[in-house]
Formats: sequence, C-alpha cells, structure tokens
Amino acid sequence: MYSTESAEYSETVTDRDASTDTATEPAGVQTPEAQAKVLVRDLKLWYGETQALYDINMDVVERQVTALIGPSGCGKSSFLRCLNRMNDLIPDVAIRGRVELDGQDIYAPHVDIVQLRSHVGMVFQKPNPFPKSIYENIAYAPRLHGIAESRSQMDELVEDSLRRAGLWNEVADRLDTPGTALSGGQQQRLCIARAIAVNPEVILMDEPASALDPMATATIEELIDELRHNYTIVIVTHNLQQAARVAGYTAFFHMGRLIEYNDTDTLFTTPREQKTEDYITGRYG
Amino acid sequence: MDKKSFTQHISQQYNEELEDILNQVMTMGGLVEQQLSDALVALIEGDNERGEHVVTNDYRVNAIEVELDEACTHILARRQPAASDLRLIMAVIKTITDLERIGDEAERIGRMALHLLDSDRRRSPMAAVESLGQHVRGMLRGALDSFARMDTAQAVRVAQEDIQADSQYEVIMRELMQYMQDYPKSVPRVMDVVWSVRALERIGDRARNICEYVVYFVRGKDVRHTSFEQMAQEATGDRH
Repeated sequence: MYSTESAEYSETVTDRDASTDTATEPAGVQTPEAQAKVLVRDLKLWYGETQALYDINMDVVERQVTALIGPSGCGKSSFLRCLNRMNDLIPDVAIRGRVELDGQDIYAPHVDIVQLRSHVGMVFQKPNPFPKSIYENIAYAPRLHGIAESRSQMDELVEDSLRRAGLWNEVADRLDTPGTALSGGQQQRLCIARAIAVNPEVILMDEPASALDPMATATIEELIDELRHNYTIVIVTHNLQQAARVAGYTAFFHMGRLIEYNDTDTLFTTPREQKTEDYITGRYG
Repeated sequence: MDKKSFTQHISQQYNEELEDILNQVMTMGGLVEQQLSDALVALIEGDNERGEHVVTNDYRVNAIEVELDEACTHILARRQPAASDLRLIMAVIKTITDLERIGDEAERIGRMALHLLDSDRRRSPMAAVESLGQHVRGMLRGALDSFARMDTAQAVRVAQEDIQADSQYEVIMRELMQYMQDYPKSVPRVMDVVWSVRALERIGDRARNICEYVVYFVRGKDVRHTSFEQMAQEATGDRH
C-alpha cells in the first residue's frame, strides 16, 4: 500500500502479534470485539520533555465512528494526529509505540507520508478550504495523486465527492467560485469532500463542528452518519452530546491516558471508571 | 454510591435541582405511605372519616407526580444527564409512576372501606387482611428507605418480601372464595374485601418495582423480570 518494502511489512506483523498481549492493556480499557482498522499499541508521545500520551492501546473499529472525548489537554488531539503522522510536523515531538493501518506500521521507515495521508484523511476544527475555486479544492489532491486521468474523469470525481459530502446541490452551479465564499458549514463540508476525493479509508476529524451553528452542526452529523458506511471515522469532540449522537464507540482520555473505551451506549449510561463518570456528568474530578 | 455524589457537579444549580427532585420523591413517598396507613385503618376498623380523608387526599399525590414529571423533563431537556445522573432521572420517573399507582390503590381501599358494614368485617378474615396490609406497608417503607439510602442490599431484601405478600394473598383469597360459596348472598359485599385485598397485593408488587429501580440506578443493571437470585447477584456483585 504505502510501504515500499515488503520485508518491513512482514516484520511488522510479527511484532504486532507479540504486542497484542492483553496483559499490556491498562486497567479499565476494553477494546471492542470487532474488526480493527487501526490498531494502536503502547503509544507514547512527548513534546520535548513533556509526556503527553502514556501507553495508549486501542483498536479503532472499521466502518464505525469512534469519538475521542476528554478535558482540554488530555491528549485526544495529539492521539488523533498520531493516526496520520500529523505530529511529524511539530518540532521536538517523540513518538514510541505502534500504530498500524490494516496491519501495516505507519511509522515504519519507508512509509510515504503523502500516500499515508491519502489513506487517512483529516478534517480540522476551522474549515480551511484552499484559496481556490470549489472545483479546484476537490481536484487538487486527486491530481497530485494521479487519481483522475482525463478532465471528464475529474469532473465526475468532483461531483461524486461533493455529492458524498452533501454539498453538490448547493454548489453545482457555481463550481468556479472561491471555496472561501461559502458559509462556515458549507466550507466544512467542502473540506470533507476534499478529504474523501482521494478515496481514503479512514477520516480523522478534529472538532469538525465546533465552529458551526446548530443547523450546520446537524448537517455535519448527518453526513458523518452516512460516511460511516464507507469509511472508518475518528472524531475528537468537546461536545459530549455530539459524541453520544454520532459515535458507535467512545474513548475517554484523561491526562494523557486512555481511561475507558467502550461502545457509546455503555459509556454514557454505565461507565466503568469513576473518572469517566465524573467527566460526563460534569462533576469535580 | 451515596447521596453526597449529587452535590459534586460543577454546576451548583444542577446539584440543587437533583437534590430537590430527590426530596420531592421522598415527600411523595411519605404521603403515599400515610394514605395507605389511613386506608388500612379505615378498612380494618371501619373508620369512615379516615376513609373519606384518603379518598379526598389522593389529588395531592397526583399533584406531586405531575410536578416531579415536569422537573425530570426539565433536567432531561436542559442538562442532558449522563451515567448515574441519567439513571437517577429514569429511576425517579419510574418510581413516581409506581408511587402514584400505590396512591390509587390506597384510595380504592379507602373507598371500599366506606361501603363495608361492621357485620361484613366480622365475617371476613380481617386479621389476615390487616397482616397483609401491614406487610405491604412495611415493604413500601423499606423500598422508599432503600431509595433514600441508595442501598441495594436492602432493596433486594424488601423485594424478596413480595413472596410472603403473595402467599398471604393466596390464603386470604381462598378463604374469601369459600365464604362466598357458603353464603352466596354475601357476594356483593365480600367482593369489596376481595378488591381491597387485591389492591394490597398490587401494592407489594409496586414496592418491589421500586426496589428494582434502586438496583438499576445504583448498579446500572436492569433487574426487572429476573429471579430474586439474579437480582441479588446484580445488586451485590461487580457493576460490570
């Protein structure tokens, strides 16, 4: 896929079997018994001297929405960014442990990061369309990756991506206007369309609706629910009700540790850990 | 879990709202218990004044139920409770429904008591009826107590007392049936006693329901329609 050396790959798989030993899992963290798309083992992260993540073990379930919740500074965004190596851009970051996508270590030396990010797309808190036309926003990455060969193929891809993101009907007649001229909610859906244009398998979303009004938020949530059928989605949110509404699984982070990971219904009605209970009910921790 | 945990929300207002709801449930429970107690005196001793009092007082129970329903709706809409807060609100909504029905049963008993003549009382197994009445009253008190203390062990004990209530009920009913067979003319009046005894048995069932909500609230386990053994296991075992 994105690893250029197959020898690397087989080595990775062997290591993975050793590291999935359940004895290494911290107390209170139970990974769902379903197909894991992304597998995280003993993940640690430091910003300089400061450790931000401690021994995270987590299986992200395929074609499900997984929400990451927790107080500010708990490490949920750092964790999210580990899943497509966005932290590589930050100086002084050290990462240990293993993150696998479909069994391949994404931190292996020969991984092509550009390729990786076409498999694991990302949508940010603040909509950040390119200062280009709506059409070019979508077409840019597929052109870079050589996904569409002809103009008509590209037209098709742009339309398909915008349709999947629920934006086509609103912008079909003005594809050449700047993406930045759209409303906040539309811009965010444009960013989602841009992310899915390169046909990723996993989409990471960092507070995708926190800058939007309730109607635009509802539209994004509806979209997430539809995308779930084709993509594995990991979403960071401060809005607990949003996690409860959109996610099949929810992970609670606290002070750099994964405290509890369970199906969303269980986590919100009968959490196992007192820390989770205190956080989701708004108590002093 | 203890009651203290409802004072630890970051929102002081939320703490107060939940405390108010708990206090109101206890007030409603106390009122219903008093209604039942008065209804029993009216039934057993033929105290018509008490009987009338029970009948006219039922509106107070209903009014608290409506008030509490509104308070719970308010919490759901405004606070979107989760985890133990959510379970508390669910348990309260269900508990007050049962309390209101217990109030209705007490009212029914009060009404029946007004129909009965002293001669009917002499011919009926009143001692047994009183024993059943005191038993289910004790169950109601125990259920409310376990709710107030969030004490699952007590909830299980009280729920199990329903077995005895059911068997007392069976014995009384057999006796009343026999009496009606022997004295067919007495049937219309004895039926009033039958309905009252039936009401008492239902109160036992409803007290048991409240005990089940206590286990749900504290342990997060739904023990309705399970055996007493399972209930005891869920109430004392690990929450997960």
